[in-house]
Amino acid sequence: MSDTSRIRNFSIIAHIDHGKSTLADRLLERTDALDSREMRDQVLDSMDLERERGITIKAQAVRLNYHSPGRGDYILNLIDTPGHVDFTYEVSRSLAACEGAVLLVDAAQGVEAQTLANAYLAVEGGLEIIPVLNKLDLAAADPDRVEVEIASVLGIDPVTVLRVSAKTGEGVDELLEAIVDRLPAPQGSPDDPLRALVFDSYYDSYRGVVCYLRVSEGTLGTGDPLRFMASGEDLPADEVGVLTPKAVPVASLGPGEVGYLITGVKEIGRIRVGDTVTRRDRPAAKAVPGYHEPKPMVFSGLFPTDGDEFERLREGLERLRLNDAALTWEPESSRALGFGFRCGFLGLLHMEIVRERLEREYGLDLVSTAPSVGFHVLLTDGREVEVRSPQDLPDLTARREIREPFFRVMIITPTEFTGTVMDLLREHRGTMGSMQYLSPERVELVYRVPLAEIVFGFFDQLKSRTRGYASLDYELDGYDASDLVRVDILLNSAPVDAFSAIVHKDKAYAYGKRLVERLRGIIPRQLFDVPIQAAIGSRVIARETVKAKRKDVTAKCYGGDITRKKKLLDKQKEGKKRMKMLGSVEVPQEAFIVVLQVDAD
Amino acid sequence: MPTDAVRPDDPGLADEAAAWVGAYVHIPFCRRVCPYCDFAVIEGRDDLRAPYLQALAAEIAADEPFDRPLDAVFVGGGTPTSVEPEALGRVVAALAARFGVAAGAEMSIEANPEDLTAEMARRLADAGFNRVSLGVQSFDPAVLATLGRRHTPEEADAALAAARSAFGSVNADLIFGTLGETASSWQASVERALEAGIDHLSTYALTIERGTPFGRAVAAGGPPPDPDDQADKYLAAATLAGAAGMVRYETSNYARPGHPCRYNLLTWAAGEYVAFGNGAHRHRRGTRSWNVRRVDRYVERSPATVRSGEERLGPWERDVERVLIGLRRAAGVTPGPAGVALAGSPAGTRLTAAGVLAVAPDRLRVVRPLLGDEVSRALLALDPT
Repeated sequence: MSDTSRIRNFSIIAHIDHGKSTLADRLLERTDALDSREMRDQVLDSMDLERERGITIKAQAVRLNYHSPGRGDYILNLIDTPGHVDFTYEVSRSLAACEGAVLLVDAAQGVEAQTLANAYLAVEGGLEIIPVLNKLDLAAADPDRVEVEIASVLGIDPVTVLRVSAKTGEGVDELLEAIVDRLPAPQGSPDDPLRALVFDSYYDSYRGVVCYLRVSEGTLGTGDPLRFMASGEDLPADEVGVLTPKAVPVASLGPGEVGYLITGVKEIGRIRVGDTVTRRDRPAAKAVPGYHEPKPMVFSGLFPTDGDEFERLREGLERLRLNDAALTWEPESSRALGFGFRCGFLGLLHMEIVRERLEREYGLDLVSTAPSVGFHVLLTDGREVEVRSPQDLPDLTARREIREPFFRVMIITPTEFTGTVMDLLREHRGTMGSMQYLSPERVELVYRVPLAEIVFGFFDQLKSRTRGYASLDYELDGYDASDLVRVDILLNSAPVDAFSAIVHKDKAYAYGKRLVERLRGIIPRQLFDVPIQAAIGSRVIARETVKAKRKDVTAKCYGGDITRKKKLLDKQKEGKKRMKMLGSVEVPQEAFIVVLQVDAD
Repeated sequence: MPTDAVRPDDPGLADEAAAWVGAYVHIPFCRRVCPYCDFAVIEGRDDLRAPYLQALAAEIAADEPFDRPLDAVFVGGGTPTSVEPEALGRVVAALAARFGVAAGAEMSIEANPEDLTAEMARRLADAGFNRVSLGVQSFDPAVLATLGRRHTPEEADAALAAARSAFGSVNADLIFGTLGETASSWQASVERALEAGIDHLSTYALTIERGTPFGRAVAAGGPPPDPDDQADKYLAAATLAGAAGMVRYETSNYARPGHPCRYNLLTWAAGEYVAFGNGAHRHRRGTRSWNVRRVDRYVERSPATVRSGEERLGPWERDVERVLIGLRRAAGVTPGPAGVALAGSPAGTRLTAAGVLAVAPDRLRVVRPLLGDEVSRALLALDPT
């Protein structure tokens, strides 16, 4: 157990690509957390996927032993946060375990949308902020300009802004001193009943569920009988330890300390992130205030290509759910795709990552259906139901209105792109909220936009139309009625539920036409003509036909050709196996991806 | 001939051919390799011809005879007429010495129109050949040029006439679907071949093979043959050949009664055949094996080491293969375990419903030969029963 006055708990928050992981590496290096042999770039990004994509997905914690030349020894707990807007909720859950935050801003790029969003989260959480300009080594760095920007936008005293280069290490020593000097020490008495917040967890195949937690009051020792206050689970503390970042067992953790807990539990689902751990024999009266439970906003069906893999898909989802509280699912059956799960995600990146992790870590081959937002549907009998899948949309006669989720979207862009961005927002049914100049060169636009419009390609279009200079953040801003219809796709006159989508009435025709054209290009010719139709109810709005195949035969087959012909046919047969039979029509997997990519613009 | 008066697509004939035995001899040399060809061929290299013929003789002498004499011999290439007819006569004699040749056996040879003069035809007949297959390909000069062929339409007329006077059975090979070939050009080519009084017609859809000049052109973004155009031309040829009294007995082959190619009938019936030369494939005792493809390697090696690979088939695979190849014949196949499984499978049901496959208790037939590979893939996807 350590003296709380010698502990500092902090996070680094930043817009994506502003250098958070590199700074974390430098801090680990300066505090000798790893010897040089173990040092590799971006140590905290442990998942393969994070390294490949260069983004941070999961929050992680590491304990640094810092010797201040003037003040002596300190324990610094660095709690990493993800940088993508999809994962805002994980930022807030990391912040709940900290007293302070390093707000990292790229000295060339300046303040971006997520800089602001994350800074607001930290301020709301009562955290002390240390503003830091990064990438001083870049020729394009303009720290004086960005310093003024930070000061004016966030109301921060410019003299408190530090300057570093995470790449070269310049200024990192000063930052470590500032962390000790400016961030408050954790409060909390070791004599009070134990309260510790579980802020992350993962599944280890040997040890079972491993929780990351932060102790607020009391002590958590190996062997203690514990109670998880929200779930009511009573479990023993089999092992308690700290992450250096290697797991090192300790006798106990005291107030302000951050570490891990192993209870021996193997069953996923018995431990929830956000829960408070206390002692069974001396329970605390109230749980630690956690953070907002994340709500999934985007839904998509995940189906195993091979129907026998359904149970393995369920296991995979359960494991991911353990440290991804935002992931939800319920069983779904599709006439086209068989049995699978309707999964809820925070956004498209989250969806992509979950899918990739399932395929990579569990060796599953999956088909995902077009993502859809969750709708609230007001029925004629006055009831309101949530619809997460287009196929569940009640009949026209049974519903009074469809309400869709809206987001408050905040975009920061160079002023030369203001008109372009406003056009883009209008095309996506956005309505203007406010417009504010951050500086003569940069403007902040706040709009209200239906989530469905953001889900489909909005971010890519924003990036390309502003040559990557605009940044974006968004948050939920309620549900409102819109003029929405369901566009169904019929293959050979049979509706394919997996291709249905709920879209705005004004865009339905263009959407249906494009989707049908794309499908015609991707569905191979079959033994018979295959009509592809887009329909709203019984009204067909677009139609294409895949003409029947007329020739599919090897011209020659003599003695010497037989082995070769068989090999060729075998290869073609393997290609056919990867097709899905929808009724009597063979549809390649790519068709389901095409649906994800089509929007009406 | 035992095939006289019998229709080429007669099921009894098709099945009987399974008991025949044959020999294939490969002559790989060509003056120029055609841009669509991916056979085991070699351009020029006159120096290799004598050692190649020696190696052929050695390989023939080292092989084991069947328990009956050969019913059919096929000398193909390459360009068999790139070596002297007398040298080919010695190859035939070597086969006869080692394997025996049945009385009235089919002795077939391939030839290019520009080579088959009346004199050459006579010399080949003297060497023992009674059937010739001419690589006519087209009677359209533009199509011939695209295909890299070296003969004129008039030379093809002359060669067909010379062939008719020297051989008992004459085939013309035609290729359809070449880039730039019109429907009327194709129709004219088929009509002109039929008018020449041929006994047998092979019409092949131009197929783009990897590694050939045509293959590279398509890989580089050039237009591949249009399958709809090829389907139209296939059907046009079928109509014209039928009107001329020819019977389609295999996907791409037509013959007048008494003139189906017996060597091909035996390979399509999964019969046994020996084969000699570089890249040659044989089928004996349930095993398919093949020789090294390169001519120089074939020449260097002893008969014991010329083989470069083999495929042994289990009982199920053998039956799948029998049905697979057999269904290319208009006569179809007896079902057997693989055929019964196919007919009863969901894919088989779909193919029957689509009018591609016809199922009778004692016979399976592909009635839309243009979609034959759909049936083949369904067959290969079956699990052993």
